[in-house]
Amino acid sequence: MKQRVSIEVNGQKVEAEVEPRLLLAYFLREVAGLTGTHVGCDSSSCGCCVVVMDGSIPVKSCTMFAVMADGHAIKTVEGLAVGGVLHPLQQAFWDQHGLQCGFCTPGMMLSAYAMLQHQPNPTDAEIRRFLSGNLCRCTGYQNIVKAVRQAAEQLATPAGVGG
Amino acid sequence: MFPTAFDYVRARSVDEAIAALQPHGADARILAGGQSLIPAMRYRLARPAVLVDINPIQDLAYLREEDGYVRVGATTRDVTLERSSFLARFTLLADCSALVADPVVRHMGTVVGSLCHNDPAGDWPATALAARAEVVIRGPGGTRVVPIDQFIVDSYTTAVGDGEMATEVRFPIPPPRTAGAYEKLERKVGDFATAAAAVRITLDERGVCTAADVAITALGPTAMRVPEAERILIGQALTDEVIEAAAVEASRFATPSSDGRGSADYKKDMARVLVGRGLRKALQRLEA
Amino acid sequence: MSVEIKQGHAMGVSMKRKEDPRLIQGKGRFLDDIVLPRMLWQAIVHSPYAHARIKSIDTSAALAVPGVKAVITAKDLQGLNLHYIPTFHGFDKQMVLAIDKVVYQYQEVAAVVAETRQIAADAAELVEVEYEPLDAVVSPFEAAKDQVIVREDRDQKTNHIYHWEVGARADTDTALAGSAKHIKQRMWFQRCHPAPLEPCGILADFNAATGRLTLYLTSQAPHAHRTVVSLVTGIPEDKIHIISPDLGGGFGNKVPVYPGYVCAAVASIVTGVPVKWIETRTENLTTTGFARDYHMDVEIGATEDGQLTALKVTTLADHGAVDAAADPTKYPAGMFGIVTGSYNFPTAFTELDAYFTNKAPGGVAYRCSFRVTEASFAIERGMDILADELGMDPVALRQKNFVRKEQFPYSSPLGFIYDSGDYHATLQKALEGIGYQDLLAEQAEKRARGDLMGIGISTFTEAVGAGPSKHFDIMGLKMFDSAEIRIHPTGAGIVRTGAKSQGQGHETTWAQIVAEELGLDPQNLMVEEGDTDTAPYGLGTYASRSTPVAGAALSMAARRIREKARKIAAHVLEVGEGDVEWADYKFQVKGVPSKSITMKEVAFAAYTNPPTITTRRT
Repeated sequence: MKQRVSIEVNGQKVEAEVEPRLLLAYFLREVAGLTGTHVGCDSSSCGCCVVVMDGSIPVKSCTMFAVMADGHAIKTVEGLAVGGVLHPLQQAFWDQHGLQCGFCTPGMMLSAYAMLQHQPNPTDAEIRRFLSGNLCRCTGYQNIVKAVRQAAEQLATPAGVGG
Repeated sequence: MFPTAFDYVRARSVDEAIAALQPHGADARILAGGQSLIPAMRYRLARPAVLVDINPIQDLAYLREEDGYVRVGATTRDVTLERSSFLARFTLLADCSALVADPVVRHMGTVVGSLCHNDPAGDWPATALAARAEVVIRGPGGTRVVPIDQFIVDSYTTAVGDGEMATEVRFPIPPPRTAGAYEKLERKVGDFATAAAAVRITLDERGVCTAADVAITALGPTAMRVPEAERILIGQALTDEVIEAAAVEASRFATPSSDGRGSADYKKDMARVLVGRGLRKALQRLEA
Repeated sequence: MSVEIKQGHAMGVSMKRKEDPRLIQGKGRFLDDIVLPRMLWQAIVHSPYAHARIKSIDTSAALAVPGVKAVITAKDLQGLNLHYIPTFHGFDKQMVLAIDKVVYQYQEVAAVVAETRQIAADAAELVEVEYEPLDAVVSPFEAAKDQVIVREDRDQKTNHIYHWEVGARADTDTALAGSAKHIKQRMWFQRCHPAPLEPCGILADFNAATGRLTLYLTSQAPHAHRTVVSLVTGIPEDKIHIISPDLGGGFGNKVPVYPGYVCAAVASIVTGVPVKWIETRTENLTTTGFARDYHMDVEIGATEDGQLTALKVTTLADHGAVDAAADPTKYPAGMFGIVTGSYNFPTAFTELDAYFTNKAPGGVAYRCSFRVTEASFAIERGMDILADELGMDPVALRQKNFVRKEQFPYSSPLGFIYDSGDYHATLQKALEGIGYQDLLAEQAEKRARGDLMGIGISTFTEAVGAGPSKHFDIMGLKMFDSAEIRIHPTGAGIVRTGAKSQGQGHETTWAQIVAEELGLDPQNLMVEEGDTDTAPYGLGTYASRSTPVAGAALSMAARRIREKARKIAAHVLEVGEGDVEWADYKFQVKGVPSKSITMKEVAFAAYTNPPTITTRRT
């Protein structure tokens, strides 16, 4: 029996009748029409599907039913940029060549986004540790760490302060 | 991969959850974090007809020290323990909470859920054994408290009966001069353990071991206590020889299978290495 | 100590990638992102057995599920003569769906097409297949005994596929026998899987009105796939349109043609609507093109003081159940002959025997050229073992035996010509870069107190860039590549090749190459790949071939534009063609550099009559 859900995605309410077995990843991709969240594995291992729930909780959207997210807020990669201005994480991934095929990138950035909420000043070791639930098959991770480090530094610098 | 279809019930209280379970017996499952259940459903290894979602039950999201126990409610996430400052002194629990699954999964996964799932390679079952945990189970007939050694029955099987749900796990607060450690060998973060060991020791003022808990996981049908290892440690000063003797016992006790993570012989030897490391780390923590 | 990079106008210049803006905003267009109206979904039924006869297939329960539109088995494909597809070597064929028996675990047995993914998955479970399990052979050593025959559909009832050899067997055996030192080591480069994060998939759309079959396909080689589809289906090639969109990694895994692709195309033709199939990770790992699986016996001979005398490598290649290795026709073992590596062997010999086993087919060029990783591992590991046997520093052993600078161009005993190199200088730079002497000291100190520390050195010479047509082909298709460049009136342009990036960054690097040759802005050179209607014919991207082949084609095409442009430049500068030279990224009158015109200005002049739009305004 279908369930009615209302999920706030990137600030917009998305309402639909869904089967309980519909995974959040597919709700986002097919119901909300946001295909930036990717599915790369069957075992919650790869992290391509990571989104951020209720501001700071990273979740693997392939390991959550849409019905569980009813009444909650979800941020996807499409919600990172504001008014066309790239989020520091996006800018940093671009600046630091932190992506090649781009398939893991949304999940990587959102895991980092969640981490920076909790730990705004991470060491490289902490970055590596927090991203250990996200896989990349292309880059070898070095530039991803550099990108997250740049974003952390950028976010720690209050806007308008010189230097 | 897509799960089979199921009916979904959202419970707003424990009573509601238990009531929702009743008509369905074994066909209904509790859904908390879902980090073990949902992958099993995606592989279609689990095909529950009904899922009862307990995430909305706010009353179950607690982690507190109370009446001589660390009490963890059924919807309390691994990450809450990982980040808890008061929990840090319970070194065995703190270690485990940082090693379960991966950093993202820990935001949804629950301790109680992990215990109820009872994977043969589960981290929390081994830790719960070494911490002498008790699980609170509620059913239509009332509440009962089951010690962890009885709670763990077989692979993926626990003392929770059809129509019942576990509401809490509680860890008795150990006496002073107690330290533990969780040592996990895994190919990659997020993989199941190749082998893992949970240990805890209490020493008296002379440095003699007065209590010891040794449990291993991924080395048999369930996480297992190693009683003989514990007997070797109790009443002894924990010299290298005594530690090694206990570790060797863990190796003898383990019954792993050969698979992609290693041969049975390798895993048995890792049981020895990890129990040894855990004991030495616990000792170091006490001497610190 | 650093390496100097010559900075050009666009090459040698660090620039941010042009493909990144859409990818970092989640606006990439990957296969599963593409949606067409009335699209159906396909799920595959897999065999749980590695080797079994099929007694019966009952699709009735699956067909009865509401929302199921079709269930396809080999019988249905037989009717369309599509039950087999050819493989890369061209000499073998692969069942699309199992006929009479299954030959690898998870082999595709039926395809279910339905209105939603979930219905397709549910219905797939209801297809009833009766199997009679057979003994499975999963080791090439066992397969060589021919006790269990994997491929009963072939004329020769043997698991032996082919034998390949190159070099001087007798001389090498003699040299080894007479060598003071002779190491022998069996090395198994185990089967591994490219596992791109995005699995393989297809969205097949047959338009009955136009007769065109459009395939959105995770393809590293869209033109080759188009030709193969045409040959196999009989559909004329102009009626086939393959679009390879953004790809989430390939690594060789998206080169083969998979049964799921064929089934989806057939399903679209039969149902008249688009059909999408995107595999699960499990399907990807169990059924799609694997890499490696070479069992190599490596023998190296040397004198007492470490001078190499001979190399012999004997290999058993495990091909799985089908000979589907992605190698050129002439080189069934790919570039394995590079196994003499960076060293000067007086004599060498290598032979290989390939066998069928009850495993999924494959043998793709995973993160390397064809079979070169296997060869590089064999020789580098062999040299380390020899160094150990000799009690010699592995670096010293290499330095003693490198092909010397004076020896280039060097003909290896296994038939490769190495055109150039300075291996000693290269290794020296690397050793300085890592502080090798300091590492040795650290190692000695650690060993003295019982700690273990290893220093890994690998000095491989790899053969990439397939390749010259007379040597290299895929299924007979010559491995050339093409470039097409169109410059617009305002000096922007569009650049197309027959390559297909799966993350390699072609949208940036091709723009850099063309911008460098033409003095234009790489930001305004749009790069397009992957659409067979518009991209010029090429053999795609894998085996590290794109920059040497497609990139070279781009340079050559750009230079032709430059030659064309020279005529126009001369005309505008009012001098003879011979008086114009290309210098400093513009056309200059020889001896009068102030009289010059940029390529951008030439482009505008090429399209317009003066006075121009801009001159009219002033």
